[in-house]
Amino acid sequence: MSKTNRRRRELRAAILLIAPFLFVFTLFFLYPTYKVIAMSFTDAPLIGEGNWVGLANYTKLLGDKLFYTSVWNNFYFVLLTVIPTTIIAMLIALAVSKLKGRTQALVLTLFFLPYVLPVSVVTMIWAWMLDFQFGVLQPLIAAITGKPVPVFKNPYWVMPMIAVVTIWWTNGFNVLLLIAGLRNIPEDLYEAAALDGATPWQRFWRVTWPLLWPVTALVLTLQLILQLKLFDQVYLLSNGGPFNSSYVVLMQMYREAFQLNNGGYASAIAMVLFMIIVVVSVLQFQLLRIGGRRK
Amino acid sequence: MTAKQGRNIAFTAIVLIAAAIWVFPLYWALTTSLRSENRIVSDAGVLIDEFNLSAYIEVLSTSKLPIWYLNSVGTSLISTFIVLLTGMMCAYALSQLRFPGRRALYLLVVASFMVPVPALYVAQFVLMSDLGLVNTWWGIILPQLIVPVVVIVYKQFFDAIPKEMREAVLLDGGGEFTLLFKLYLPLNWGITAALAIITFISVWNNFFWPFLVVTSESMMTIPVGITQVNDAFGVFYARMMALALLAAAPVIIGYLIFQKRVTEAVMISAGVKG
Repeated sequence: MSKTNRRRRELRAAILLIAPFLFVFTLFFLYPTYKVIAMSFTDAPLIGEGNWVGLANYTKLLGDKLFYTSVWNNFYFVLLTVIPTTIIAMLIALAVSKLKGRTQALVLTLFFLPYVLPVSVVTMIWAWMLDFQFGVLQPLIAAITGKPVPVFKNPYWVMPMIAVVTIWWTNGFNVLLLIAGLRNIPEDLYEAAALDGATPWQRFWRVTWPLLWPVTALVLTLQLILQLKLFDQVYLLSNGGPFNSSYVVLMQMYREAFQLNNGGYASAIAMVLFMIIVVVSVLQFQLLRIGGRRK
Repeated sequence: MTAKQGRNIAFTAIVLIAAAIWVFPLYWALTTSLRSENRIVSDAGVLIDEFNLSAYIEVLSTSKLPIWYLNSVGTSLISTFIVLLTGMMCAYALSQLRFPGRRALYLLVVASFMVPVPALYVAQFVLMSDLGLVNTWWGIILPQLIVPVVVIVYKQFFDAIPKEMREAVLLDGGGEFTLLFKLYLPLNWGITAALAIITFISVWNNFFWPFLVVTSESMMTIPVGITQVNDAFGVFYARMMALALLAAAPVIIGYLIFQKRVTEAVMISAGVKG
C-alpha cells in the first residue's frame, strides 16, 4: 500500500469518525454561542427577528439596578458557599480517610448520597424541614433566635439558607475529590514526619496541606464556577425574593427571556455572566497558582 | 483496651454520628412520608412509628409520576448513548489519526469547558423552537449532548494504549472502525461505564433546561414534573415527601448498586484518579 493511499484512507476515516460529534457540537453548541452573542446586540424578542441596536443592551445593563443586585447576590452566594464547603469537605475527607474498611465505605456513602439527588427533591425536603409552622428544624432556629423564622421569606435568612441547602447537596463531590487527593499522598512521608517527632498538627500543615493543595485548588475553582451559575435552588426555594434579596444573574436572564420576552436583553445578561465566569476563573487560577508556589 | 483503641472507637463514633446527621433530611423525608397527614401537623416524633403507605398510593395514582419516569429514562438513556458514541469516535480520531485541524478541534473542545452552559439556554431555546422541538424528547436531549469531558477523558485513555497493538490489527487488514470497536473500546469498558454513569446522572438530574423546553405536563422529566405537583398538593406534606422519595428512588438505588463505579466516575471526570 502506498504512503499517499494510506494517508488518504486515514483522512477519510478521521472525517467519518469526527463528523457526528462535530455536527452535534456545531449545531447545538457553536451556533447557539454565536447566536447569543449576535442576539445581545439586537432588540429581538425571545422568538422572532430584532433590529441591530449596537451596545444598547449593555449600556442599559450598566444602569439596571436589578442587575447590580443580581451580581452582588451571586458574589454573596459564592462567599457563603465556596470556602465553607471546601473546609467542610476537607474535614470530612480527613475523617473518612482515617477510618477503615466497611465503616469507611458506609460513611463515605452517607456523605456522598445527597449529591446524586435531583435538585427539586433536595429543595422539597429542605422546604419541608424549614417549614415555618411544622418544620422539624424550626425549634432549632427558635432556640437560637427566640422565635421561628420563615427562612425563605426573610431577606436576611434566604441566601445563607440556600447556601446551607446547596452545601448539603453538592458537598459529596468535593469530599470525593479530596479523598482521592489524600490517597495520592505517599504513606512514608507521614512515617518520616512521625519519626522526626512531628505532631499531628504539624503533619497536617507540613505534609498534607501542601501536597493536597492542587486538589484543594481544583475544588475551589470548580465550586466557584458552579456556584456562579446558581439558578435552580433559588427558583425553587424563594423565586428570587423576598424583595429581590435572592435575585441572581441567571434568574434575571430567565425572567427577561421567558417572562418579559426580551431575548436580546437576556442574551446580553448571559454574555456578562459568561465574561464574569471567565475573568473570575482566570484570576482565581492565577491566585491559586501563586498560593501553591509559595508553599 | 488501651487508651489508643479507646480514642479510635470514640473517633469512629463521632464520625458515624456526623454522617447520620448528614443524611437526616432523607431520613426525615421517609419518616414524614410514612405518616398520615393529620399526625404530621399534630405531633412530630423523630422516630419512624407508623407505616402508612397511603401517601405513596395517593401520589402514584394521582400524579403523572409514571410518565415522568418514562420521559426521564428515555431522554437520559438516549442522551448517554449518543454522547458516548460520538465522543468516543471523535476522541479516537483525535488520539490516533493525523488530519488537518486536529489540534484546533481539540483546543475547541477544551475551550468549550469555559462556557457556562446556561448562558446558551436562550439561544438554544430559540433553536429548538425553530426546529419545532419544544415539548419533545429531542428538544430535551439535543442541547444536552455537549459533554466535552467525555472526549477529553477518552482521548487520554486511548493515548495510553501501546502502538504495537494497533499495528497488529492493521496488519491483519482491520480498518479504523475495527480498531476502535474491537480493540480500543473493549480495553476501556471500565472508563466507558464510568463516563456513562456521570453523563446519565447529569442528564437525569438536569432541571433548568427541561424546565425551559417543556411546558406540557406529559412531556416533563422527573425533576421538573414533581415541582408541578408541589403546587397541586399544597400542604399535604406526607404526599410531598412520598413524591420526593419516589422521584429520588431510581438514583438512590442506582447509586447504592453501582457505588464504586459512581465514585470512580466522579473522580475521573474531575481529572483526579483515586
